[in-house]
Amino acid sequence: MRCPRVLLPVLALTLVLVAAPPAQGQGEVSRGRGFGARLLQSLVDGVQFGVIIAVTAVGLSLLFGTIHLINFAHGEFVTIGAAFAFFLNVSAAGPGWHLIPAAAAAVVFGALLGAAVDRGLWRPLRARGTGLINLFIVTIGLSLLLRHVVLVLFGARPASFAQYDIQNAIRLGAIGITPRDLTVTLLSVAVLVGVAVLLQRTRTGTAVRAVSVNRDLAEASGIDVQRVVLVVWILSGALAALGGVFYGLVEIITWDMGFKLLLLMFAGIILGGLGSAYGAMVGSLVIGIVAQVSTLWFPVDLQYAWALLVLIVILLVRPEGILGRPERTG
Amino acid sequence: MDFEVIVSDALRSGIGPIAAVYALAAMGLNLHFGYTGLLNFGQVGFMLVGAYGLAVTVVTYGGAMWLGVLGGLACAVVLALLLGVPTLRLRADYLAITTIAAGETLRLFYRSSWAEPVTGGVYGLQRFANDFYDLNPIPRGSYGVWLVSFDARDLWVLTVGWGLVAVVGALLALLVHSPWGRVVRAVRDDETAARSLGKNVYAYKMQSLVLGGVIGAVAGMLQAIQVQSVSPDTFDPAVTFFLYTLLVLGGAGRILGPVVGSILFWFLLTFLDSALRQAIEAGYVSSELISTSEVGAVRFALVGLTLILLIVFRPQGLLGNRKEMMLSER
Repeated sequence: MRCPRVLLPVLALTLVLVAAPPAQGQGEVSRGRGFGARLLQSLVDGVQFGVIIAVTAVGLSLLFGTIHLINFAHGEFVTIGAAFAFFLNVSAAGPGWHLIPAAAAAVVFGALLGAAVDRGLWRPLRARGTGLINLFIVTIGLSLLLRHVVLVLFGARPASFAQYDIQNAIRLGAIGITPRDLTVTLLSVAVLVGVAVLLQRTRTGTAVRAVSVNRDLAEASGIDVQRVVLVVWILSGALAALGGVFYGLVEIITWDMGFKLLLLMFAGIILGGLGSAYGAMVGSLVIGIVAQVSTLWFPVDLQYAWALLVLIVILLVRPEGILGRPERTG
Repeated sequence: MDFEVIVSDALRSGIGPIAAVYALAAMGLNLHFGYTGLLNFGQVGFMLVGAYGLAVTVVTYGGAMWLGVLGGLACAVVLALLLGVPTLRLRADYLAITTIAAGETLRLFYRSSWAEPVTGGVYGLQRFANDFYDLNPIPRGSYGVWLVSFDARDLWVLTVGWGLVAVVGALLALLVHSPWGRVVRAVRDDETAARSLGKNVYAYKMQSLVLGGVIGAVAGMLQAIQVQSVSPDTFDPAVTFFLYTLLVLGGAGRILGPVVGSILFWFLLTFLDSALRQAIEAGYVSSELISTSEVGAVRFALVGLTLILLIVFRPQGLLGNRKEMMLSER
């Protein structure tokens, strides 16, 4: 059984290498800089993209860890975060706040949304005893509903925030990064460290970890599982909204941005190990880097596709992911 | 408001070619989800490879149309094997994530500038089904009863489409009532029990995935033939979500479920669309609230809401068996 498992990724890799030379040629003609400098630059871009995915993906993974639900509507939470900040910041009907308070309000809104769907939708469904498979289908329904509500309210046209739109890059040797992107990256890292501290050092964080290891045992030792689940939903909603604002800031806000990111988040959390918060961080970082570095050889319109291929390859060779536990997979 | 126009639009859509396409695709999905319990969220990927298999063979390589049909079917088999090998041994949620990612990855690859020489990129491919229309035995003219009429071309597609639905439905009915079908349903209801009786669960799941995928590919081809064109963006992941909606509406795990579901789904969707547009034009609904350009988004949001409500309150749909659908606790 080992043989085909190893063979398939090798085959995929060979295909990639066979196809690579022409695209590489085009890339080198179009850009003047040396390969080393471009590699360094795309690594920096990749880390920046990866930490943003990580911010959005941690909540999704925690949610899976605690209630085994894959929330296919998580991407819409991301979009709603960005769109709500846009409404407060730019929209003619909104109050026209500066981006920073608007972003803070969006995070609070995301947290409330997380709490609302837990109390209003998931808890009643769990009480009714709706099966897990059916819950997955409910999340795709929710995704469809929220995405098109955003489309009606926000419109189909991409938009940017009012502040920090166009900036000059700071040059550090071969690499360049705008102050905005640098700030977003550092903030994302700080948020991820904050989540890690929350999980490791606080009582709530310990309870979250306990529930995700063994729900029944946690309940038996006096942990209020319903409360923990609510906390995870709030955290998940808030982080998704924050990630949405960050992504909207460095890229652009569109009505379907969350759905595109969702697939990258899936790739990240499966790569890292489904259900593990730290796995989600590591996996997302790798996915971000893969997406950006691939543009050195391949057209930009394929950068997300490579990241998703990583997901399929990882399932072939190590389905439990980098930091996952094997018993979760089968 | 002109009710005759609304009803005529809705009837045309409910029995039209697109309803036949969705009925077929949902029949494949029904074999996956309704009978085997496989949570395939990427049925649209099978439709895509089917449609492109046909179009690429005919347009890019100048092959005959029957060769293209075989090509499309072969592509679906390969895709099912590629998806099944890594995921069918894992838990259901892995298949869900992988299939949704694979569908989107395929769309990104087929629309990329890299694949443009073969697939036509974002523009897709056109005019590959002339052989099919040359076979049309129906003399020119318009045919209709009551409020609905089709021209000879549409009627030909319609006949073949619903003919395929009937043939595939009959074959599936024989199949699921055969010993093979009993094992597959046993896998859905209790995988461990099926395994303990010495059944090779993995092989049965794989056969089901391949067969349902091939039916999906036939649906994709029919859709491509109907408009004589393929373009990557018609194969949006949302198509799979619509398929789930109509499958659950009609009743999963029933041969006629997807057929009834598809007819009803397209009837209601078009009815709503037409009625909303007329209501806005006539001023019954303020265009401040919803403009005509937003009607499409509103109706998709309602599809999402319908899916949630169906799963929560009537998971068996119109024809299904509640007990069977409640069993999907895996």
